[in-house]
Amino acid sequence: MKEPRCETIDSLRFRITKRFGAKTVLRDFALEVRGKQFITFLGPSGCGKSTALNIIAGLIPATEGEVWIDGKRIDHLPPEKREFGMVFQNYALFPHMTVFANIAFGLQLQRRPAAEIAERVQQILDLVQLLGYEGRYPGQLSGGQQQRIAIARALVLCPRLMLLDEPLSNLDAKLRIEMRAEIKRLHTNLGLTSIYVTHDQVEALSLSDWVVVMREGLLIQAGTPQEIHDQPVNIFVADFMGFRNFFPTQVVVVGPDRDVEAAGNGMKIRGKTRHTFAPGASVVAAIRPNDVVVGGDAAGPNAFRAKVDIVEYLGREDEVIVTLETGGRLWVQTAVRLAPGENVTVVLPPDRVIFLPPEEYGGTE
Amino acid sequence: MRRSQTGEPSELDLLAIACLLPSLLYILVMFVYPFLYGIYLSVHPLKMDGFSLANYIAFFTDEYQYKTVGITFRLAVPNTIVVVAISLLFAYNMRRGIWLERTVTTILVLPISLGVILLSQGILGFYGGKGWLNQLILGLGLLEEPLVLTHNFTGVMLSLFMQQFPFCFLMLLGYISGIDPSIENSARTLGANPWTVFRRIMLPLIAPGLAIAFALVFVMSFATFPSAIMLGQPSGSTRTIAIAAYAQAFEMFDMSYASAIAVIMGLFQLAGLLLILLLRKRMVTAATMGVGKR
Repeated sequence: MKEPRCETIDSLRFRITKRFGAKTVLRDFALEVRGKQFITFLGPSGCGKSTALNIIAGLIPATEGEVWIDGKRIDHLPPEKREFGMVFQNYALFPHMTVFANIAFGLQLQRRPAAEIAERVQQILDLVQLLGYEGRYPGQLSGGQQQRIAIARALVLCPRLMLLDEPLSNLDAKLRIEMRAEIKRLHTNLGLTSIYVTHDQVEALSLSDWVVVMREGLLIQAGTPQEIHDQPVNIFVADFMGFRNFFPTQVVVVGPDRDVEAAGNGMKIRGKTRHTFAPGASVVAAIRPNDVVVGGDAAGPNAFRAKVDIVEYLGREDEVIVTLETGGRLWVQTAVRLAPGENVTVVLPPDRVIFLPPEEYGGTE
Repeated sequence: MRRSQTGEPSELDLLAIACLLPSLLYILVMFVYPFLYGIYLSVHPLKMDGFSLANYIAFFTDEYQYKTVGITFRLAVPNTIVVVAISLLFAYNMRRGIWLERTVTTILVLPISLGVILLSQGILGFYGGKGWLNQLILGLGLLEEPLVLTHNFTGVMLSLFMQQFPFCFLMLLGYISGIDPSIENSARTLGANPWTVFRRIMLPLIAPGLAIAFALVFVMSFATFPSAIMLGQPSGSTRTIAIAAYAQAFEMFDMSYASAIAVIMGLFQLAGLLLILLLRKRMVTAATMGVGKR
């Protein structure tokens, strides 16, 4: 069946502050993005990402701020006038209505003719691969099926903006990966603009055109998945993106092309940075466990002697904790099979080491 | 339940039965026996030997007696509707919490803790002929004559409302605030205004709780006794069926006739309950079906 394409927005712009009593949940959280993108709000629980989504949807009023769509201010509109679609973590299907009635609900409110409603419900059920479930009640469906219906219910209205509030977190791991691909497919095929809220960095990286990392109501970093993944601005984002090894050091030399050489705790480390540091500045060197090379040129740069402490079998690779000769601890993921007590050479490839400001919040953009 | 291979009851079963015994005994002694004895008594009239429906016939042929049914219904039905409707209004609007919620809830619920007698005294003192309300109205010259709000139908209604509202409100508040807020949020994003959300989504979901509220408030109102005596005209316009039963038992000392009246009262309460449950079933079906039409 031919998939319909929805008319979507060209641009979204907002700047919002939200306080609940004395607690500030969003501090001047601002963003400007083009339409037809898949945007993700990423952050740990309590960072305000869901609140931001609810404010955009119109379900919660902002304490201060504005939301603009295609040059029109919309934050005074009630949610039913915004023509957005929203999908919730717990599906939020109407339990007293059949699948058909759930999906038809919005179309009926628009007073569409019955024939058109029936056709569009069929079409959307086909799209989410649940044809034949029209007469079932939500309670008779599995979690994954319920979430497909919830997505269908929002999509059938061709929303100008699709809002998804942790839609996969109640599903099991395998289903989550399937549904992730499904959501991306629907987004692309229907030509939607989507905002997706999650605390899962893998979901964020795999789905998004634009990732917004949040913490305690602040925007910490916004960028493409590659940028967030490779060049986190600070320790918080780096930690969230899987950097596990952090070494406090001082800058010794700043080379061309943002190369940095730093030293500290008897280590000399070379790497890259996106920041501008002066020699002598305190910085933190960071590297992911799976970027560490075991073995390699012991005389080359960033090579250290180490002793294996703990080996955890993970299948294709082992997760290993080693103690460096200089005293630090290093997490390593490697296919090289090691045994506890073994002495090894580990190399931190200079193009994989990044230097970050020492304080957690540093480098907010 | 675990069973031994021979089909004999296992020790666990015996233990379970033994644990149930005290409560079974209690129900038998405190409820089943008195109930059955009451029915037995009602069909063995005082001045006759053996089985007879004379008491029931007497009740339904004596206007002074059978019109108590009508009086009780005229009190119980409007009172139930008013109590449930106002409770629903409050509970629905407080479902997501409000400013000073605890204080407001405490004030609304306070009458429950006072007991009927104190409450009735209070109503007499405030709404009575020489009560504060009338003194205020007369003092301000708003009316020539005091409002007659007690010792009549209105007085009983006031008292019943104050006793039953807190109870009904708390029950509905618990029920409504238990409904996942994202259900109504999703309805809003699908284009439903607050009224449509109430009518199409929330009301059908609240219906079971509403039916229970209706049933309980109706049964309580139908059995009204102290309020009808203290704030009504117990020998006239508010002579409810409970008063009729009491009069037979403790003024005429005809326990048999009194039991018959009590049984009749029970049957009307049961009929009321059945009607409410039937309506509830139709309401839920209508809400589910209604979506396909229009």
